[in-house]
Amino acid sequence: MSDAVQMKIRDFIIENFLFGDDSQPLPGDLSLMENDLVDSTGILELVSFLEEGFGLKVADADIVPANLDSIDRIAAFIERKKAA
Amino acid sequence: MRIENHLRRSCLLHAGKTAIVDGARRVSYAELSDASDGLAAWLAENGVCRGDRVVVFAGNGWQTAVVFYAVWKAGAVACPVNPSTRAKRLAFIIADCLPAAIVADARGAATVADALAANPQARPAVILTRPHPRLPEAADFAQCLETGPFSTDPALCDSDLATIIYTSGSTGDPKGVMMGHDNIDAATASIISYLGNGENDVILDVLPLSFGYGLTQLLTSVRVGATLVLEKSFAYPAAVLQRMHEEGVTGFPMVPSMIALLLRMEALDPALFAGLRYITSAAAPLPVAHIRRLRALLPDVQLYSMYGQTECVRATWLPPDDIDLRPASTGIAIPGTAIQVVDEAGHEVAPGTVGELVVSGPHIMRGYWNNAVATEEALRPDPLTGTRRLHTGDLFFADGDGHVTFVSRKDDIIKTGGFKVAPREVESALYDLEGVVEALVVGMPDPVLGEALKAMIVASADTLTAEDVLRHCARMLNDFMVPRQVEFCQALPKTGSGKLSRRLASGGGTTP
Repeated sequence: MSDAVQMKIRDFIIENFLFGDDSQPLPGDLSLMENDLVDSTGILELVSFLEEGFGLKVADADIVPANLDSIDRIAAFIERKKAA
Repeated sequence: MRIENHLRRSCLLHAGKTAIVDGARRVSYAELSDASDGLAAWLAENGVCRGDRVVVFAGNGWQTAVVFYAVWKAGAVACPVNPSTRAKRLAFIIADCLPAAIVADARGAATVADALAANPQARPAVILTRPHPRLPEAADFAQCLETGPFSTDPALCDSDLATIIYTSGSTGDPKGVMMGHDNIDAATASIISYLGNGENDVILDVLPLSFGYGLTQLLTSVRVGATLVLEKSFAYPAAVLQRMHEEGVTGFPMVPSMIALLLRMEALDPALFAGLRYITSAAAPLPVAHIRRLRALLPDVQLYSMYGQTECVRATWLPPDDIDLRPASTGIAIPGTAIQVVDEAGHEVAPGTVGELVVSGPHIMRGYWNNAVATEEALRPDPLTGTRRLHTGDLFFADGDGHVTFVSRKDDIIKTGGFKVAPREVESALYDLEGVVEALVVGMPDPVLGEALKAMIVASADTLTAEDVLRHCARMLNDFMVPRQVEFCQALPKTGSGKLSRRLASGGGTTP
């Protein structure tokens, strides 16, 4: 998967969920929920970001941690969606 | 009884039983008791004295539950702050309550650093669940739990303050609601009695522990020796419902925006709710249309429609057998307390007349921390008996049987063209329109009308148009209540506790 996609997701998370605080490492496999990086409003923001930023259609059934709970998972989800 | 003694008693009766479930972590009553003893000992050793404030800035997790009981064991006052709070508001709270200690989780650490930088005079001890480079002197939470032994101060009593929870005033700065151990003891006993909670309950808490309604779940669950399943949020509804099913959850406290999210799901399997005994709804009025749909979807689940505010925890409940009969009502006073609908002079009004709801009983707050003016405004004597009553600032009417129905916040009334409009009434009509998931009605400045109504809508389908909405409203409402403008939104602004916020929607403030 492309580094550009990962970077775009990372920037979104730092800007929107960490309020620009990039002092902490943000590994690709870090759970966003377990680490209190996103809440329910955050997920809706993330879904809008994926729909608008990547032109995806995200269904209710797609909104699960397996698809969205880390930068790696989001990137893989985007790749799967684009391939489909 | 003091709140930490509820834990001590449940620990004696159910030491090995699971008190808290947090992801894969299961914490028994004995562990919760020991861990809070350890942290209480650390707090005492580090200068936290009886009556000192401790800010709890952490999301829903077992550690947060430990912190509350530790603070109370140490004789201190817990000040929970929603973990999504921005530094500016946290700085205000720190300056207002001058905490002796702050406990924060990974997400909150940077915000604590910012808030402390803005408050150089405040020197609280800081405890973090994970180290943060900007707070190098902070103590490590896990190590604090190893402190011991702990000895109770015999001077602690039921009338000590237990919590200060900051709420958004309709105007101005947040106000710190002071609750004594006796207030919370009374409120939780009353709630347990009408929900029929017992040790066999498994309660799912996705509401923030920093929010009165979310914290109450921990307090009632521990008090009856039940199991509390903590979830960080309702962000992944499908995953939370699966969890609910796996854990055999019997009680699910919700807020109307969560119910809206639930009803929005395409394929909801009622089998997931098989073990569920009850759902409660509070924090904002539940639209009647949503009550009907939820009842149709889950006919065997008792639905409790309730009303409360931080200042009294809970004020009213509607017995679930009545909900189909009077779906718009939030019911009667909770057991052991009293409510009245009163006029401006504080005298009770006749049934059917709109007035302010006032609450009396052992559960009402002591007042607002450090704010005598606001306290005097909220807690006023009954002109007949002198009993101190909480003025809720919410307008209700009562029917002949004493059931009350919410009309509006006193200050939400929109005046348009000389007419007074309660935005909720228009929102209620909007919810009756198919495809409307969430709706808020706000007043916009208008050169002719003073204020004109704007409807902000989250729709489930792109096909819903502004014309559809206006046509529907014109059918349902008086002319002056039909919105002038319709705006479709991805999401509507919510307060930190998840309530739809008319104030934020109308641009009257920032997210708390």
